Amino acid sequence: MTKTLSIRPDGTKDRAEGPLLEIRRVSKAFGGLMALMGVSLRVWPGQIKGLIGPNGAGKTTLFNLITGMLRPTSGDIRFQGRSIVGLSPFQIAALGIARTFQNVQLFRGMTVLEHVLVGGHRHSRSGLLGAILRTPRMQREEEEAQARAWAILKRVGLAEWADRPAESLPLGLQRILEIARALAVGPQLMLLDEPGAGLNPMEKARLAELIRSLNAEGMTVLLVEHDMSLVMGLADEIAVLDYGQLIAEGPPEAIRQDPRVIAAYLGEEDEVGHAARG
Amino acid sequence: MRRTAFSPNFFGFAIGIPLILVIGALEAFRPLGLSLPALTGGLLTLDTMIRVGLFTIILVGLNLLMGYAGQASLGQAAFYGMGAFFSAILTVQARLLGLPLALTAAWWWPWLVMFVGALLVGLTAYGIGRPILRLRGHYLAMATLGLGIVIYILLRENLGLSHLNLTGGFDGIQGIPRLRMGELVLWPAWRYFFLVWLFAFGAIALGLRVVHSRVGRALRAIHGSEMAAESVGVEVSHYKAMIFGLSAAMAALAGSLYAHFQTAVIPATFGFGPSLELVVMSAVGGMASIWGAPFGALAILLVQEALRTQLHRIIPNAQGEFEAIAFGLILVLIMLFLPEGLTTGGLRWLRSRPRLRPRWG
Repeated sequence: MTKTLSIRPDGTKDRAEGPLLEIRRVSKAFGGLMALMGVSLRVWPGQIKGLIGPNGAGKTTLFNLITGMLRPTSGDIRFQGRSIVGLSPFQIAALGIARTFQNVQLFRGMTVLEHVLVGGHRHSRSGLLGAILRTPRMQREEEEAQARAWAILKRVGLAEWADRPAESLPLGLQRILEIARALAVGPQLMLLDEPGAGLNPMEKARLAELIRSLNAEGMTVLLVEHDMSLVMGLADEIAVLDYGQLIAEGPPEAIRQDPRVIAAYLGEEDEVGHAARG
Repeated sequence: MRRTAFSPNFFGFAIGIPLILVIGALEAFRPLGLSLPALTGGLLTLDTMIRVGLFTIILVGLNLLMGYAGQASLGQAAFYGMGAFFSAILTVQARLLGLPLALTAAWWWPWLVMFVGALLVGLTAYGIGRPILRLRGHYLAMATLGLGIVIYILLRENLGLSHLNLTGGFDGIQGIPRLRMGELVLWPAWRYFFLVWLFAFGAIALGLRVVHSRVGRALRAIHGSEMAAESVGVEVSHYKAMIFGLSAAMAALAGSLYAHFQTAVIPATFGFGPSLELVVMSAVGGMASIWGAPFGALAILLVQEALRTQLHRIIPNAQGEFEAIAFGLILVLIMLFLPEGLTTGGLRWLRSRPRLRPRWG
């Protein structure tokens, strides 16, 4: 587990295994606009890696590249040593990468439980014929899926909301539901895209607690977050993007004092300073 | 998946099936000279009820596609037509195709044609669906509209093989045989009525099973957010094409049943107008409800009937175009005041206690 890794004098950690996710010199151009330029990044098994940067720095673009929703213009993305560039999002999910969305993406009209059941989609095989004929296999799979979904709802503390329409939940719980849905995929790596955005301090505390406890159970997390104190408190390593380039990477303490990071956040200097003091 | 004994689905079958049995028996035996038109003041005939059954089969498929998966189709009547003409050609034009009479005269031949036709139309729609269902919203609506028109023109123009005259052009095909079960001819109309409603209830049961399954959840998830569905491992393009294929196969099956009911088919029955009519029926019944199918079909067929018989009393010299105006008006009113349709919206409106929330398809 990462918590036991020793920190070497240069600030990097000693890694026994290979990286879980490796981004190699990835660039992405939208027409003439370079959203990402030669970004390289590694996420190690068991860590919570923070990804920060001002608005428009390319954080969400990077998430969309990792999950196959966009294709990189150049560079390679490897998951567990295998290139995943060119795979469809559903194939990447099947390999074990799940994500949440900056703007909560709920399935309108579906209950909380149904969201988690959809999250577990790839763990069952029954198709149209199985559904129509209601085969024993389909029924067994359905029971297993329900059991898994309930276990996840209990794990994240949403069980009492199970039969409520998801859109009726407060935002804080909607974001936790997105995490529950991603958990149901059974991922090795979770990408959380600004899970704290729009939440009040109490909701943020609950969220941080959930992420921390998932990580303690072995989940690797890549976290994009605007709230400095949240990301500084959670991540064991932080990468900073600015104008599509990686400008700094290292443990939170080092990032706080990095002059390039402070410069990049000039407009939001107070926030960094506040986080550093707090 | 947990269901209570008195779910709306239970009531649907518990009321619907006996109702159909009573109507069929009434028409079969005419006790004391009673009949369906006599009891309903001429509002309902067996002919209308057979059509309601046929449209129910199509609408269950269309509702799965539009109401649950959220994918528009403005060309559904074309699949209905493909089924109808597939049956018509393979039962009437056998000589043109060089099929042996011993084969085509067998009682089971039309049944085989019907099921093979539905399967082929379903597979074709799956194949067409893979590329066109990548379009969304208005673009998908336009593409399906175009597809429907292309198929309609192919039916009208003998599939482009004018020397064969397979589809009979504008005039279509006449003399389609009645369906038989061995020696038993499924006619008079009350026998056919039972057959059609057997299929219609089958379609409803199928629709409910699909909705309450992993597949149904995936479809509704796609409706909600394609991006999120794909991100948890749902193969969105496959599911969209699959439900498009299923809805097309159901429409084709209804088409075959229609062909053997009417014993004559013409391309005009399957053009753009009828496709639009199906969408209106779907919206009126409630797109995101399986039980909306029979109610939507019944409501629109009754309106059609009323327009045909009553309109000239209000507006002399009124012609068919007023039908289109009436449908447009109905669609607008439904969308404004009852966007969930007669069944879902109506139930919600009737329901007083918020906790009594029926889970239904």
